[in-house]
Amino acid sequence: MSLAADILGWAFILAGSFFTVVGAFGLIRMPDLYTRLHASGVLDPFGVSLILIGLMFQAGFTLVTVKLAFLVLLLLFTSPVACHALARAALHREVKPLLDDERSSSSKR
Amino acid sequence: MFAAAAIALVVALALTVARALLGPTVFDRVLGANTIGTLAVCLMAVYGFLTERPEFLDVAIVYAFLNVLSTLAILKFFRFGSLGDPEDDEPAPRLETRP
Repeated sequence: MSLAADILGWAFILAGSFFTVVGAFGLIRMPDLYTRLHASGVLDPFGVSLILIGLMFQAGFTLVTVKLAFLVLLLLFTSPVACHALARAALHREVKPLLDDERSSSSKR
Repeated sequence: MFAAAAIALVVALALTVARALLGPTVFDRVLGANTIGTLAVCLMAVYGFLTERPEFLDVAIVYAFLNVLSTLAILKFFRFGSLGDPEDDEPAPRLETRP
């Protein structure tokens, strides 16, 4: 394996790990469901796809690379669909988004 | 270095489990479950590289399919109160959708 592909793979894996942890912190820290969906979008297709792309660089050109590419494409297609369905279902069951004035009044209490 | 990615994934998994347990509405829990599934897929791929056994990737692909299908089925149930069975015309269960 050439050195450039190795370094590029590690860069992708480290960036993916960073975005995964940041997204998980956002999932804990965000105030309501819809902002948590945004934090999940950082974690769910983006960070995980970066880690899998880094693994593709580490694997070289084998069947493993093809499987990883298939996994990345699958995640990139299905996870926005699941996120959208979640937001629509939550709106349908009347989960209200947290608005700015409610938030400032609740923080005064 | 694969271990660093695995540790980051396990930390993210712990935080996501905390959100799925805490989550005030049922949709927060569904979001947590979906994210746990995606993180488990990635952790399986990384673990396959860590132990140099890439057979785990097949399991990861199947698990990714099952994850999105189960999320959509759970959301359909919580949105309409049933899974769309025509004989099943019971009213929708009342859920605590408010925090």
